[in-house]
Amino acid sequence: MAYRSVVCVKQVPDTSNISGEVMKPDGTVNRAKLPAIFNPDDLVALELALQVRDEYGGKVYVITMGPPPAAEVLRQALYMGADEVVLISDRRFAGADTLATSYALSMAIRKIGNVDLVFCGRQAIDGDTAQVGPQLAEKLGVPQVTYVEKIEKIEGGWLHAKRRIDGGYERVRATLPVLLTVFGDAAIPRPFNAKLMMEKKRARSRFELERMSGNNPLSFFYNDPGTLEKKGLLIFTWGVEDINAEEERCGLKGSPTQVYKVENVVLTSPERKRYEPTKADLEKLIDELMTDHIFG
Amino acid sequence: MEKISGIWVFAEQEEGSLHDVGLELLSKGRKLAIALQAPLAAVLIGHKVRHLVPTLYSYGADYVFLADHEDLEHYLTLPYAKILTRLVQFHEPRVVLFGATSIGRDLAPRVASSTRSGLTADCTDLQIADVTQRGRLYKNLLLQIRPAFGGNIIATIISPESRTQMATVREGVMRVEKPDSGHQGKTIEVDVNLSEEEFVVQLIERFKEKPKVNLKAANIIVAGGFGVGKKENFRLIEELANVLGGAVGASRAAVDAGFISRDHQIGQTGTTVRPKLYIACGISGAIQHRAGMSESKKIIAINKDPHAPIFDIAHYGIVGDLVEVIPKFIEVYREKSR
Repeated sequence: MAYRSVVCVKQVPDTSNISGEVMKPDGTVNRAKLPAIFNPDDLVALELALQVRDEYGGKVYVITMGPPPAAEVLRQALYMGADEVVLISDRRFAGADTLATSYALSMAIRKIGNVDLVFCGRQAIDGDTAQVGPQLAEKLGVPQVTYVEKIEKIEGGWLHAKRRIDGGYERVRATLPVLLTVFGDAAIPRPFNAKLMMEKKRARSRFELERMSGNNPLSFFYNDPGTLEKKGLLIFTWGVEDINAEEERCGLKGSPTQVYKVENVVLTSPERKRYEPTKADLEKLIDELMTDHIFG
Repeated sequence: MEKISGIWVFAEQEEGSLHDVGLELLSKGRKLAIALQAPLAAVLIGHKVRHLVPTLYSYGADYVFLADHEDLEHYLTLPYAKILTRLVQFHEPRVVLFGATSIGRDLAPRVASSTRSGLTADCTDLQIADVTQRGRLYKNLLLQIRPAFGGNIIATIISPESRTQMATVREGVMRVEKPDSGHQGKTIEVDVNLSEEEFVVQLIERFKEKPKVNLKAANIIVAGGFGVGKKENFRLIEELANVLGGAVGASRAAVDAGFISRDHQIGQTGTTVRPKLYIACGISGAIQHRAGMSESKKIIAINKDPHAPIFDIAHYGIVGDLVEVIPKFIEVYREKSR
């Protein structure tokens, strides 16, 4: 029994490795300088989808919603072995919160059609909300299994999975179609396949083809979408109309939450005392803590 | 039936006992309800959980929505979401709060999506205020304050056009107020009418350990980071905690390195703590870690690297190797407390 899977991925700024180079003089982070990466949990989601395909057969679609440069994570998905990739990109999707994002993703998944499994990473490292997965499941009208650590088996129309919960785990079974959100340590993502990298590095989205043809009118001749699709090098690029989305439910317009204020976290401390690692200094420190009734 | 709007709290329970976060949210919800001049309600879903209702009253609930049914004994997304969705659609509460637990973070987005409500994850503070946004004045909005971008920014989120404003709130950040056993409320029985559709996910097995570590209740926490170097050195952290009568914490890096189990983890993805004293040993002070401990009353940092960011928030800094500093610290402390 083969399964059709869709993996939802996101290109995110790398917030986990903040080096001195991205710090502004005032001690805040220059977010524009952070490198853009494949969201770590989403790589694991893709790995699980590929494992399901390896075991049961089927097809793995990878979709992302984002600005044109997000095509890069789709090329990386191809290097890992994804079958088809789709960039959902349109100015009118910009500013989407999790509700508007899950709506747009749900419309794209409906367009792909006949999907058995939807995989999402547990959360993205820029927002850390973990909301898009469950919201997307609701929009698709399918059950959700969140925090998946392991897919045990798919048998007789049921998917068996182990999921992590606070302080323990659960084993559950769910009917297909189902949406899974995947824990970051559920699997180790496979490395890029060298042969696929050679083959797929020329995969292009519609925006990239347009830009190339703008620079060189002859280039479009060699890179027309039809030829690329035949070679498996087309990054499908869908806008609002392509997925039959209602514009009012997309982007900023479709987002009930709004950012009202943003403050940078600045490192400060009210009082700072330095002590040498000597006995005399430690005595002073402990005396002070005893006087303040911190000890005792 | 009368509509009960106002502030709602999802009172998470498991096997008949309430999760602390529900009481934390009721304590905060009480203040928000006063600011809004609106009632405070708790939503209690489970089986044989009626005995919890008086506790919810005593923590400030004016109403308790009680859905008690054998099919609801264990948390399952779809039945719980269905019940909450129906309640929210009928009563149109101004605000619904959930704990940012594995249950709350599974349930809240499902309900927010089906009711098309604005939802903010993992808030660390909530306020009620009038807001002018894009040239319009909105009265009594819920300000939802949360760290974002790996803790590098603090964002205030609003849902001005949303009938119901929803948020999940981190465990341990809202203070629990003293219960008032004299405070009474009214129980509203919820009709539990579910179909097979809600049971397409079935629980086969659940394993849960009673937490061995109670970091939230500790007055003193001694925490080790990657700078501890190796697992054997972590014994120093445990010894110091033992001598001071404190609990043992750890940074994510120390947990990932296998020095200690995950239930000791403090930070954005671990427990949030606010002890009287926090001793950070070999912890560089990544923003994700600071998010979970910066509210500590006093912070001591012990680190070899004089430029480690932990020194920026520490009240007392000791530059030195913890392998030498900790035994000395213990020695001096023992002498002094004799």
